[in-house]
Amino acid sequence: MSIIEVNKLTKYYGKSRGIVDVSFSVDEGEIFGFIGPNGAGKSTTIRLFLSLIYPTSGEAKIFGKDCIEYGPEIRQDIGYLPSEVFYYEGMKVLDLLKYSASFYERDCTQRIHELSELMELDLKRRIDDLSYGNKKKVGIVQGLLHSPKLIVLDEPTSGLDPLMQQKFFNLIREENERGATVFFSSHILGEVQKMCNRVAIIKDGSLINIQDIKTLQKDNYKKIRVVAEGLVGKRFEIEGVSNFERENGAVSFLFKGDINAMLHIIGEKEISDVTIEEPTLEEIFMHYYE
Amino acid sequence: MNLRSVISWSVTQVILIFIFTAIFGSMSDSAALLSEAMDKFPPELLAAFGMTNMDMSTVLGFFALAFLFCQICLAIQAANYGISLLSVEERELTADFLLAKPVGRTQILTSKLLSVFTGLTITNVIVWVSSFVFLNIYKNGQEINTNALLMLLLSIVLFQLFFLTVGMVISLLVKRVRSVTTFSMALVFGLYILTAFSGMMGGTSLEIISPFKQFEPNYIIKNSAYDTPLVLLSVAVTLISIVGSYILYQRRNIPAPV
Repeated sequence: MSIIEVNKLTKYYGKSRGIVDVSFSVDEGEIFGFIGPNGAGKSTTIRLFLSLIYPTSGEAKIFGKDCIEYGPEIRQDIGYLPSEVFYYEGMKVLDLLKYSASFYERDCTQRIHELSELMELDLKRRIDDLSYGNKKKVGIVQGLLHSPKLIVLDEPTSGLDPLMQQKFFNLIREENERGATVFFSSHILGEVQKMCNRVAIIKDGSLINIQDIKTLQKDNYKKIRVVAEGLVGKRFEIEGVSNFERENGAVSFLFKGDINAMLHIIGEKEISDVTIEEPTLEEIFMHYYE
Repeated sequence: MNLRSVISWSVTQVILIFIFTAIFGSMSDSAALLSEAMDKFPPELLAAFGMTNMDMSTVLGFFALAFLFCQICLAIQAANYGISLLSVEERELTADFLLAKPVGRTQILTSKLLSVFTGLTITNVIVWVSSFVFLNIYKNGQEINTNALLMLLLSIVLFQLFFLTVGMVISLLVKRVRSVTTFSMALVFGLYILTAFSGMMGGTSLEIISPFKQFEPNYIIKNSAYDTPLVLLSVAVTLISIVGSYILYQRRNIPAPV
C-alpha cells in the first residue's frame, strides 16, 4: 500500500516556481530519500503534504486520503520535524511537549520521557535558553512523541553533533522497524545513502530521477581511476563517461555502460594502477546537476 | 494577546476615566463657564475632535469627551489583537508547528477568537465598573442618566468587535504582517481622521464606515439611543469580516520560515 501518493503536484507562488508536475509514491515501511539543493522544491513538497500551503494543481494523498480534505485526520498519524525549529517563547520544554501531545488522541506521556532520555533533553529548561542543537532535539521529540505512522523529516540533522546524529538515525531506524514510513528530505547525500531504500532527486522544481539506492550506486555507475604514463585522455571519451578529470598522469571519471568495453580500453596500454569502485551518491548526484 | 496586555490596556482605561471624572468633579461648579469657553472655539476645531454640541456642564456630557479618548484606546487594543491574532504565529514562526498538528484551521481560528473575546470582555468589565464608580464619586450631586450611560458602555462590545474583525481580515489579506502597530495605528487613526474631517467639512458620506461615527459618544448620550442604521452597518461589516477571515484563513498559504 502506498503511504504517500503524489500526482502531478504543482505549486506556484504567484509567478515564481515551487514545484512542477511532481509525481511519485512511497510504500509502507520505506525510508524514502528526497534530495536536492536549496530552492529545488523539497520544503514546498513537504509543506503541501501538511497542507501548510495549497497546490496550484495536482494532488497529494497520504494514507490514501487527500491531504487537504482530510488534513487534520491524516496529520494525527504524521510526525513532522521542520528544518528550522521555533517554538513559543517562555515555554518550558515539558510544557511544549505536553502542548504538542494534547493534539493527539493517544496518551504520549511515557513516550515523551523515553525520547527525552534518549536524546538527553532536559525537560525543565526554558526553550528560549536552549542552544540550537538542543532546540532541534525538542523538535525531534515533539515530532515522534505520538508514534506516527509517517515521519516527515526536513533536513533533520543540522545542528546535531555526530554522536547525536547517530542516536537520531538509530531512533529513526527503530521507528522504521516498528512499521513507520519515513520521508527524508536532505541535501546531505551521505546520510540519505546510509538511511534510505529509495531516493528521489529533485532539481529546479521537477523530479529528475527516482531510484533504488543500490541500483543508483551499483548497477549504473562505476568510478574509475587509471594511472599510466603517456595517457591519452581522448581515448576514454566514449559514451557513458562523465565527470572526466585529469591530474598528473592519472585520469578519473564516472562510467555508466558496458564495463567490458571500458576494460578493453584500459587494457590497451601499459598502466601502472587502476581502481574501479562504487561512486558515492554525492558523485552521482553532481552528475545529475551538471 | 495575553493577560498582561489585557490588564495594561484596562488599567489605561481606568486611569483615563479617573482623570476625566476627577477633573469634572473639581470644576463642575464652573462647568457653565467651561461650556461658554467651548463655544468660543472655532466650530471646525470642535468638530474635528467630535466635540460639537457637547454639553460640558452635565457629568455625562463631560464623560462623552472622556469616552472619546477611551474609544481610541479600545480601538487600538482591539485592532492590535485582531491583526496579531493569526499573524503572530507566522511572525514568530510557530505556524508550522501548530498547523502540522492534527487540528483544522477553522478550529484554530475559533479557539483564538474565543480567547480574544475573553480578553476583551475582561477589559469591558473593568471599563464598566470604573465608569460607574468614578462617575458616582465625582458627579457632584448631579443626576446620571443611567439609560444613556448603559447605552454608551454597551457600545464598547460592537465597537471593539469592528476593529478586531476588520484587523483580522486585513492581516489575512496581506502576505506578511511585519509590525502589528503600524497596521493597527493606520486602521484606527485612519478611521478617526475620516470622522474628524467629515465633522469639519460637514456631511460627506464616507465617514459612516467609521465606528467613531457609528458610535459617536455625544450622539448616544444626547439621545439615549444609537444611530440604528449606522450601528447595523457596523454589525454588517463585522460579520462580513468574520466570515471573510474564516474563508481567507482556510485558503491561506503559510509562508515558509526564513
